Amino acid sequence: MLNTRNRRYLFAYLMMAPGLLLMAIFTFYPIIYGLPLTFTNYSVIGETKWIGLANFKRAFSDPDFLLALKNSILYIIVVPVIQILSICMAILVNNNLKGVRFFRVSYFVPVVTSMVAAAIAWKWMFEQKGIINFILESAGITNGNIAWLANPDTALYAVMFVTVWKGLGYYMMIYLAGLQSIPSELQEAAKIDGANRAQVIRHVTIPLLQPFVLLCSLLSVMSAIRVFDEVYIMTGGGPAHASMVTGVYTYVKAFQDFDFGYAAAIGLIVSLIVMLFSIILFKYGKKGGLNYYG
Amino acid sequence: MVNRVAGAAVLYTLMILTALFCLGPFLWLLSTSLKVNANIYQFPPQFIPWPITFKNFIDVFNIMPLWTNIWNTVLMTAMGVGLNLLTCTIMAYPLARFRFPGRNLIFYAIISTMILPNGAGMIVHFLIIQKMGLYNTLLGIVLPSAVTVFNVFLLRQAFITIPQEMEDAARIDGASEFRIFWNIMVPMIRPAIATIVIFDFMAFWNSFIWPIVVLDDPNKYPLTAALQYLQGELSYNFPYIAAGTVISVIPIIIVFLLLQKQFINGMVGAVKG
Repeated sequence: MLNTRNRRYLFAYLMMAPGLLLMAIFTFYPIIYGLPLTFTNYSVIGETKWIGLANFKRAFSDPDFLLALKNSILYIIVVPVIQILSICMAILVNNNLKGVRFFRVSYFVPVVTSMVAAAIAWKWMFEQKGIINFILESAGITNGNIAWLANPDTALYAVMFVTVWKGLGYYMMIYLAGLQSIPSELQEAAKIDGANRAQVIRHVTIPLLQPFVLLCSLLSVMSAIRVFDEVYIMTGGGPAHASMVTGVYTYVKAFQDFDFGYAAAIGLIVSLIVMLFSIILFKYGKKGGLNYYG
Repeated sequence: MVNRVAGAAVLYTLMILTALFCLGPFLWLLSTSLKVNANIYQFPPQFIPWPITFKNFIDVFNIMPLWTNIWNTVLMTAMGVGLNLLTCTIMAYPLARFRFPGRNLIFYAIISTMILPNGAGMIVHFLIIQKMGLYNTLLGIVLPSAVTVFNVFLLRQAFITIPQEMEDAARIDGASEFRIFWNIMVPMIRPAIATIVIFDFMAFWNSFIWPIVVLDDPNKYPLTAALQYLQGELSYNFPYIAAGTVISVIPIIIVFLLLQKQFINGMVGAVKG
């Protein structure tokens, strides 16, 4: 017979067993097996051989990969744009006007819908005879006729625009929660001291939002480097690799060229870059960056 | 007084413009899907469709197996959410409330995977799924994300906050370990459970590239993958693509509108927690 203590141990282990088994297969094993894979030429054809650092050497002399890496880093410019716009939106809907809840909910709709649906809609709007060109032409900004997604100069930026649009609602909600957690006395006090609305926002609200800005920026930096869906659906990385990013390039190498070893190696390079940013996040998080009265 | 009215007018204008920006693409898609063929490629574009036709919706049901795709999506999502709920809850509970040898080791091993790089993730998953004979199956789509570290972490935090007295009282009354877990603990962490259901629902419903990798047969595709496939097949016929896309976003928008409060609380709570 098991005693009470051992019975409790057994109960604990039994409960964790299914989850641990699944994690062993799909989380721990891929991390352990993924690393050696990067040193092989594993693919569907030919014999698998250990090739040392050849995949990494190849990556850093592969102009397509370097361009994708450059684009992925360039993609980070969506981060400040998202932060500024979503903070503005949060301030805008942080009021007690009638119907403000409706607006909050409608800003969140792009977040919940699939990127496939969103990207299809935007792809159609970016057509040469599409609605974007019509609006810009009517407003006198361009003379129309830009094939946004087919033009190497604009494709990447058009896709970035969609990323910004899709993410705004998400970050707005976090900032809204942040705004609502700021004690209203601080803003009242500033008003009594004679500050106007803009001054309160500039000198009281924004500084108190700073920890949220840090958190949101790093979350969006990580997803910017990992961007996949919108690029894959709207341009597939084209035209002529102009909008190629590392996520799509890894996918192409793995599942179109079946060049698994090489794809794993470039995946690892990108993961290490993302990890660098996570370390920064954790470091700032520990420093009290997330404790907004500290 | 005049000042306040003017202020409100400015705020409403800005809020409406932002709403148009956020919802515009979907409204434009809806408008396109209701147009007769002659008006679709018209320039300048016709904003409000006239005459209105539902032909595109009927046709798209005939050219693609939409009901099958919807059913596949429902199955995939139900299975994914159900498995996550089950495995993550029973895994988080002992980690939160029990002392047993190896607890900290297991916990840190789990947490550290959130930071460790896994560049070959999808590739290794694909190789495993193939070896397990799950290629081209629903289980193959769902299994790799049936346990999520994030969920385990979130649920563990929720279990930790339950006061010890609850557990002690039940133990004195002679409740079994399983009864304590199921009848006392699980009902107390309902908000955390709601959060992960919503998160996973959204993730599985909208998942797109992994189903394409695992599935060989387009008849098994969920909605998102089927739309991408349709786009490739029918790039010349946008009204059908628009109608298909509108159909695909309706369910998730309905679910969102019904649960919007929990959605938003869950989103914010998870990021702050």
